[in-house]
Amino acid sequence: MKSLHRIPTWVQALIFFLVVGVVVQMAFAQGWLSEYWQQILMAGTILAVSALGLNLKYGYGGLFAIGHAAFYGIGAYASALVTKDWTTQWSGSPVGGLAGLLGIEAGFIAAAVVISLLDIGHRRRRLRERLEELVSPFEASVLTTTLTILVAGVILVVVGGGVGWLVRRAVLAVGPSLFGVLPEAIAQQVVFLVALIAGAILAALVGFVVGLPLLNLTYDYLCIATLGFGIITYVFFNNADQLIPTMKGARGMVAIPRLTTWPWVLGVFAVAIIVMRNFIYSSTGRAILAVRDDLTAADTMGINSYQYKVLAYTVGCAYAGLAGGLYAHLYAFLHPSNFTWLKSIDPFVMVVFGGVGSMTGTTMGAYVFVTLLEGLRVLPAELIDWRYVIYPLILLFVMLFRPQGIMGTSELGFLKRPKAAAEEPEKVSASEKATSESTASGSEG
Amino acid sequence: MQSNGNSTVLKIDGLTKFFGGLRAVHDFDVDIKESELVGLIGPNGAGKTTIFNMITGIYPVSSGRVMFQNNNITDLPAHEVTHLGIGRTFQNIRIFPKLTVLDNVRVAYHPHASYNVFDGILRSPRFGRGEKEMTDRARQFLSVFGLEKYQDSLASNLPYGEQRRMEIARALATEPDLLLLDEPAAGMNPGEIVELMDLIHFIRDRFDLTILLIEHQMRVVMGICEWITVIDFGEIIARGTPKEIQNNPKVIEAYLGSRAAEELK
Repeated sequence: MKSLHRIPTWVQALIFFLVVGVVVQMAFAQGWLSEYWQQILMAGTILAVSALGLNLKYGYGGLFAIGHAAFYGIGAYASALVTKDWTTQWSGSPVGGLAGLLGIEAGFIAAAVVISLLDIGHRRRRLRERLEELVSPFEASVLTTTLTILVAGVILVVVGGGVGWLVRRAVLAVGPSLFGVLPEAIAQQVVFLVALIAGAILAALVGFVVGLPLLNLTYDYLCIATLGFGIITYVFFNNADQLIPTMKGARGMVAIPRLTTWPWVLGVFAVAIIVMRNFIYSSTGRAILAVRDDLTAADTMGINSYQYKVLAYTVGCAYAGLAGGLYAHLYAFLHPSNFTWLKSIDPFVMVVFGGVGSMTGTTMGAYVFVTLLEGLRVLPAELIDWRYVIYPLILLFVMLFRPQGIMGTSELGFLKRPKAAAEEPEKVSASEKATSESTASGSEG
Repeated sequence: MQSNGNSTVLKIDGLTKFFGGLRAVHDFDVDIKESELVGLIGPNGAGKTTIFNMITGIYPVSSGRVMFQNNNITDLPAHEVTHLGIGRTFQNIRIFPKLTVLDNVRVAYHPHASYNVFDGILRSPRFGRGEKEMTDRARQFLSVFGLEKYQDSLASNLPYGEQRRMEIARALATEPDLLLLDEPAAGMNPGEIVELMDLIHFIRDRFDLTILLIEHQMRVVMGICEWITVIDFGEIIARGTPKEIQNNPKVIEAYLGSRAAEELK
């Protein structure tokens, strides 16, 4: 194993993803895997990307936030609207959807910049402290929260609306000629890439704006508040045809181009997990983990804990949106019922089953989840309804006998935390390390 | 800035804190000069930790003013107070249990990190340099405190005394000018207390610190503090050198009750 550690991490990752990619692609091409299992494999990988996002929020950030499925849905619908416009021109122009989406995003970003320049979070706290001298702390909290949301809303409408309108006009003007120079097949792939990124960014922006007022809350309160947002989004999807007829509301959006292929899925997953690894094993990642472990202590280390909660939440939402985009183009059909708040529990199951705060575990959790739900369809017809007995029972036993999840907080291969030591002579001896690790798992168990 | 003798580092005027109707701290003031080692003592519930929490921006101040090196830091958020140069430890140790010992200290360098989040994601050369610099500095602190052998183990696995030392190392890594120690000797045996007293003297000289210390163990306070402020029920009842405090009847009364104070006379 010693020689393995000399290979740079990025080479290990590259070799791993190349081998997995080629082997699975061959299995697809040779027909060793039925189309059904191909779909399961891709769905599992897509869910892994989404679950990685929740692991960042919940596992690394310590934010007990329900409503992940809402951001998955936002990414799915947003990217589907872009690619569908390219083929059907539902909005009258092949880049109409894209122009609208980019307009919304530019508007959001402009509003966010204005909000951060005004330092609203800080002002809110000051105002609450002043108000507490006049009214009860409860009333002060309610008043300032309401006011914060109100002010943020006004900025969003006025500044965001203005900037968004300008950007939309600009994309509509130059978009068609920009994509027109490429051959049709390539242009479609490029549009797909742009749609995925735009979908992820939209989910991140919505997460950011929702997170700003909510992330002052902790634990159950944050859970209830984000749950509320999940329900709002579901209602929005159900009635979205009032706003954009192509989204078809409760009837479900159909005829989305099937652009999600194995190379796309694996490529996105590889980028997602490597970015996550590098992000969490950096100074910023350490700050996020510190805020999770002890918020007050993190503040006294000079870390603005609120800012890092918002960061973890926003990036987590981006992962959900990215996964949603792949999902939309895999099944070519979107229905609001896939994004109810109940679906927000699924990534929780994957993260908790695999190991809270473990990228390896979260990925494994996603595959196990999909395999148990879909894979158990291979059971004989008279047993097939037992799926919903078998799968919960497995979860129950895992939680009883391994409550920290399959992986705990450990990682495998290139996802392992880089050791700082190495060149120094006074590193922890192997026996000491072993005892410390066994006590760690012992105290968790 | 430094070495101009006895400039005031921390000046507090009329600091008051209400929790609802309860007056936890009333009209507290203190004036601490550069490189002094000052004690803040008082019976349980006297409001000592509340004062620390107001200085460091964890609790909002009800009224009064906190000046640090001529900056008004009243009601600044905690992280900004740290940036200005006040480090602290906590009465009930607040470590980052699931981070390694090295990472616990490295967190303190994050606000001054020489690379940004994109350098981290792309693993740019700037990331490598910045990370190495942080690691080297954190290791230096760990070796000063004799903790380098634990650097890769989880902080929660350290023995209690080592956790306390690590918390002090971490506070020092924020490069404070003023260090607030909240009951550093809590839960230590007499031998460890002697070591701790040496350590506090050592870090003050080595890092050019001014130290304000809350402590219950009279040995610690009497042994190392240059002067002491005593509070009871949120109000200052005495102030002076350790000798003066030891013989102050009000202090004896606060600690032992009025009857015991009578008997001692």
